[in-house]
Amino acid sequence: MFVLDTITHRLKAGCATMAYPDGPAPALPDRHGGALRVDGAKCADGCTACVPVCPTEAIAREAGKPVALDLGRCLFCGECVAACPSKAIVQTRDHRLAVRRREDLVLGAPGQEELRLAAALDAQMKKLLGRSLRLRQVSAGGCGACEADINVLGTIGWDLGRFGIQYVASPRHADGLIITGPVSKGMELALKKTWDAVPGPKIAIAVGACAISGGPFVGHAETCQGADSVVPIDLYIPGCPPHPLTILDGLLRIIGRLEGKAAGEAPDGKVMAG
Amino acid sequence: MNAADNLAPIANATSIPWAEVPEWPVADLVRVVADALTRNGRLCSWFGVAEPTAGPALSHAEGPALSGVEGEGAIRLVAVVAFDAENTLAVGRSLPFSEEKYPALTLLNHQAHLFEREVWEQFGVEPEGHPWLKPVRRTAGNAPANGEFFRVDGGEIHEVAVGPVHAGVIEPGHFRFQCAGEEVIHLEIALGYQHRGIERALAGGPHRATMAQMETASGDTTIGHATAYATVLESLAGTEAPLRAQWLRAIALELERLACHTGDLGALAGDVAFLPTSSACGKIRGDFLNLSALLCGNRFGRGLVRPGGCRHDLEPERAKTMLARLETHLADAEQAATWLWDAASVRARFENVGCVYPQQAAAIGMVGPAARASGLVRDVRYDHPAGWHRFAQAPVAVWSGGDVLARARVRWLEIQRSGQFLREQIATPPEGGIRDELAPAAPDSLAVALVEGWRGEVCHVALTDAAGRFRRYKITDPSFHNWTGLALALRNQAISDFPINNKSFNLSYCGFDL
Repeated sequence: MFVLDTITHRLKAGCATMAYPDGPAPALPDRHGGALRVDGAKCADGCTACVPVCPTEAIAREAGKPVALDLGRCLFCGECVAACPSKAIVQTRDHRLAVRRREDLVLGAPGQEELRLAAALDAQMKKLLGRSLRLRQVSAGGCGACEADINVLGTIGWDLGRFGIQYVASPRHADGLIITGPVSKGMELALKKTWDAVPGPKIAIAVGACAISGGPFVGHAETCQGADSVVPIDLYIPGCPPHPLTILDGLLRIIGRLEGKAAGEAPDGKVMAG
Repeated sequence: MNAADNLAPIANATSIPWAEVPEWPVADLVRVVADALTRNGRLCSWFGVAEPTAGPALSHAEGPALSGVEGEGAIRLVAVVAFDAENTLAVGRSLPFSEEKYPALTLLNHQAHLFEREVWEQFGVEPEGHPWLKPVRRTAGNAPANGEFFRVDGGEIHEVAVGPVHAGVIEPGHFRFQCAGEEVIHLEIALGYQHRGIERALAGGPHRATMAQMETASGDTTIGHATAYATVLESLAGTEAPLRAQWLRAIALELERLACHTGDLGALAGDVAFLPTSSACGKIRGDFLNLSALLCGNRFGRGLVRPGGCRHDLEPERAKTMLARLETHLADAEQAATWLWDAASVRARFENVGCVYPQQAAAIGMVGPAARASGLVRDVRYDHPAGWHRFAQAPVAVWSGGDVLARARVRWLEIQRSGQFLREQIATPPEGGIRDELAPAAPDSLAVALVEGWRGEVCHVALTDAAGRFRRYKITDPSFHNWTGLALALRNQAISDFPINNKSFNLSYCGFDL
């Protein structure tokens, strides 16, 4: 009974794995604004309406300079978008957010209105890791949300294994770390030891506002203000937490698996895979 | 005798002027609270408050010592007790005292054991006679100040240390097992790795980052903690959120419960190598998270709840979409659960593993599904209804046995009942706005808010100063009550059963560490 029932259900359900990245990406929910675009040239003289509404003080505007928004601190709450009178800050609905350098997350100056998306690893590293990337996850003060949406990539809807990417149980088996949380002082030593235990060559990926900058806990003496104070970071994936699609985009981007693929916009309203 | 005799009665989601909270010399407070606890009281919170000093307040960036939250001057102790059967809370406080010791409440009632360690850690006040006084979450340098671990002596005894970095994609914590062969004699759980200084930062608040910190206090309980926080501010402002916002919060809270419970059933199935349910639930959990995203754009409900109401509405068209998708996902969950309960191999692994007996669960003050799986009928939504739960409730889900099977069964019951609750509620929305401007918080007041998060009772207590800012803000995540339950569940169990026991509780590390 049980076996027949299981097989019938499996046949009915079909393949639950999404077509992305060969097909269209699943749509972000309509209230998820996606990446921000900041056009400092549109700011009215002396306007700082967006600055005080930001919960993590991610936005600054010095007199005479264009506004500077740090997506590494951004929680994507959209308060600044609502507060901006001149539509200088808008949401683009783009799920792609991953960058290779911390400064590529700062938006606003001329020519830097949008993110400078991550390029793939160099040829040597790509050859080593491009078809098989094993990552050890370290939560260092993470609230569990980034961890959950890292984990969800392993489920049948996303099936991370088809790209040769896998989360492994030991740093000794890993090619790198995927780090969440602002790095609480309580995890500083453990993170360092875990990083040291990963054999080289290795990479480190920071997922979420906390791991990039401290996020909501920026300035707290109990944290290290992000992972790059302890480990050199090769990929930053912003969000609170980043959507699984954003994390997947970052992982595929760094191993060069998105080269030659379209941006992958989907028609709105398509139901997401879990 | 009135159960709230002595202590001042207070309803959930209300506030009381600080001056009206009855006070006793600390030794008498301990006796009064112990007495209340023997009359079926439950300790929701027990914490210290530093007496105001003349010096200037420090900003949260300046380091550990800060008036109100930690320090070495005179302090008061504050108790919040719940009388579940009588739907009442009660509060009391000690007179200020500067002595280094007071008689431990823990000796009279075990529910206080972690709370008293916490007070000792934060204020240096020793609960005299406490049997296991050591740090709770404080960091020493670049690792937690764990202190000495309990050791079992004997030639056959060996010790197993696990963590802080675990094999799975989960939060860090340290588990120290004392084993005789495969059998666990004792498990000690050492946390603190996730400590981010949330309570300390709240002093003098609310600050700009406070709402975001509440939403990430325990990331999978975003709605639970955010609702408790918003409720505290609303009761301090002498108002409540618009009805429609309360309705939205109740819907979001059940969506959170659905996602987490479904994920837990999948994780339990995975741990006993039962892959059909494990695979299916991994996906269905994400489907439920996406319903939260449908409501507010974020899979974890961030950005929805704000003091004074909610930021996003569930318009009729959106509600229709949500109901349709909910039905599909509930049907999928039912199929996945049916496989699980039908499999003899699963039952054999779940039954009689990790028992927490009702007396034990009551003695340590367990809450949430873990307590209900030990036969305790306690659920904030039912016992202390606030917000929308005054008008609509799901039946309390209880199972007996206290084992892994019972904890899984309670989750499945709650999935079904949350599903039914959502069907009914989404179909009958109240009219009106979703957010009001909030008046300033009342000065010198104590506010208490309990919310039944998916793990159990989320308790927020705020004490305001003369300017209506937070003088002290105490958060008690359900995990704070329940980690001891996991340690008890492991007694005399095979160490190889630790993973399914741990998953059957699935407690929060960051919610504990704050």
